Amino acid sequence: MIARRVVPWLLVGPALLLFVAVVLIPIAMTLLLSFHRWGQFTGIETVIVLDNWREVIEDPYFAEMFLRTFRIAVLVTVAAALIGAPEAYVLHRMRSPWKGIFLLIVLGPLLISVVARTLGWALLFGGETALVNIVLLRLGLVAEPVRFMFTETGVVIALTHVLVPFMVLAVWASLQRMDPRVDDAAVSLGAGRATVLWRIVLPQAIPGILGGAIIVFALAASAFATPAIIGGRRLKVASTLAYDEFLNTLNWPLGAAVAVLLLVALAAIIVAANRLVERRFAQVFE
Amino acid sequence: MAFLALEGLTKRFGPYLAVDGLELTVGQGEFVSLLGPSGCGKTTTLQMIAGFVEPSAGRILLGGQDLAGVAPNRRGLGIVFQSYALFPHMTAAENVAFGLEMRRVPRAEREARVREALALVGLAGFEDRFPRRLSGGQQQRVALARALVIRPEILLLDEPLSNLDAKLREEMQIELRQIQRRLGTTTVLVTHDQGEAMALSDRIAVMNRGRIEQVAPPHEAYERPATPFVASFLGKTNLLAGLVRDGADGPVFVLDGFALPAHGAAPGPAIATVRPERIAFADAGAGLAGTVAARVFQGSHWMLSVETAAGTVLVIRQNTGAEMPREGAAVGLTWSPQDMAVRRAEP
Repeated sequence: MIARRVVPWLLVGPALLLFVAVVLIPIAMTLLLSFHRWGQFTGIETVIVLDNWREVIEDPYFAEMFLRTFRIAVLVTVAAALIGAPEAYVLHRMRSPWKGIFLLIVLGPLLISVVARTLGWALLFGGETALVNIVLLRLGLVAEPVRFMFTETGVVIALTHVLVPFMVLAVWASLQRMDPRVDDAAVSLGAGRATVLWRIVLPQAIPGILGGAIIVFALAASAFATPAIIGGRRLKVASTLAYDEFLNTLNWPLGAAVAVLLLVALAAIIVAANRLVERRFAQVFE
Repeated sequence: MAFLALEGLTKRFGPYLAVDGLELTVGQGEFVSLLGPSGCGKTTTLQMIAGFVEPSAGRILLGGQDLAGVAPNRRGLGIVFQSYALFPHMTAAENVAFGLEMRRVPRAEREARVREALALVGLAGFEDRFPRRLSGGQQQRVALARALVIRPEILLLDEPLSNLDAKLREEMQIELRQIQRRLGTTTVLVTHDQGEAMALSDRIAVMNRGRIEQVAPPHEAYERPATPFVASFLGKTNLLAGLVRDGADGPVFVLDGFALPAHGAAPGPAIATVRPERIAFADAGAGLAGTVAARVFQGSHWMLSVETAAGTVLVIRQNTGAEMPREGAAVGLTWSPQDMAVRRAEP
């Protein structure tokens, strides 16, 4: 009887310890840190004050950062859905050797470091002689070179590229669960290909798209490497802001407040979105 | 009058011949079953009629018109799938209404026909339920209503009852038969369940390895199976190996000292086919001698397995309240000559 109670704890023990040590304790310490005071000459004073929080909430500079962070995250999520959902459907309809090969190609980039992939975009974007601009100019799509580096456009493009595989995976999983006979049934009732896609496949894939959207949104809003490289100092988002407060200004408490606020805002958005999705689709999909 | 005609219908998957020169005609309003074991090509045949699979050769004629080149969504057939294939994101009423929407039926008429169709399958009041909130039998009914509401020229049923439990399946069989009779919809059923085929069909096409072995009304196929395969697939049967000899009054089939007249049989080794319910217990010392190895009570009837010199013989007797021989009892088995089909044993 005792063994039965102890064994599960032993099994989850290592993971639990790791989780507490590297996730819970640092978060608690960060939260505590955000209430400390920092002075140019005094450094960190271990007192409990609301100065940092007041600054983060009242200063429009920070509001702009957070607004930009979530604007980028929303745009990336929409772009990832628009690219990833059709991509997943095409993959889903492929025949067997190609299906595996192309799935590997789609997911392959996940094996490459985000930094490497983003630096690739920096090479494509950088300067007026950059490849992307040359192509756009040659095709006559733009009259003069477009600025990608240090702009939201550039960050959104690079982040979308980095995060699309997560959307593909989520939508793919929901497509795999569908009964192919359902499409046949719609066809037998007189539906054409487009109608089947629009009325039958898409509605069934919506929970997968929304699930993928939550993942992509969370990763986009908390992304660091891509906005750091493409956006740089000139275009800060919440995560690069926190980084700068910590490592450049050395104002750890203010950086901690920014980090905690980002975490709380993200958690709130994701939990709310998840609730909404579950409530909407509870009676249709369980 | 052939309403649906399959002429030399063939389907090859690579080197594998799934359907091999199928010939079948279905009359207007008729209920025909394609019956056979899995892999016999019955589902492929149905898919070719539906238009989901392209025939390798042969023609499908519907009301005299060749269906080749007619897209599946233009064939106007109603299909009920084994998995029901309901649209999970639509309510029962929306599922049924889909085919009417595709036909641009005006809203008022659409709603009336949806209600009528759901009432027909006994689901009035379930309009707003999503498929997940319906039982298997109810989903089945929605699928049937969805297929029937478009007033299809032909109703195709692909193993529609195989996911239901035994009791529900029997109820649905009766109901399906009544609905089909009432609407007079020409119906093709694909099934591996011989009981289902016999209960529902006007005619059964027994299929094996891509070919039709026999097309006949259920009782005829059961009583006079054209091939040993049909005999063994339709109901239970006993295959008894014996010898045909010329007797004084014509040929007789001899089995371990027990002889029965076998008209028209050629002398030599032969196999007799006898249905288990046609075998009776003979008086002591008469008939084919055997020992009861097992007996099973099934309520309406008894099933006995009798060991004889010709092998194990299955006997089914109606439960009339009479005493049945117990396990280990010595018995004699007999049957009338017309209940026995004799054919030459293949060397």
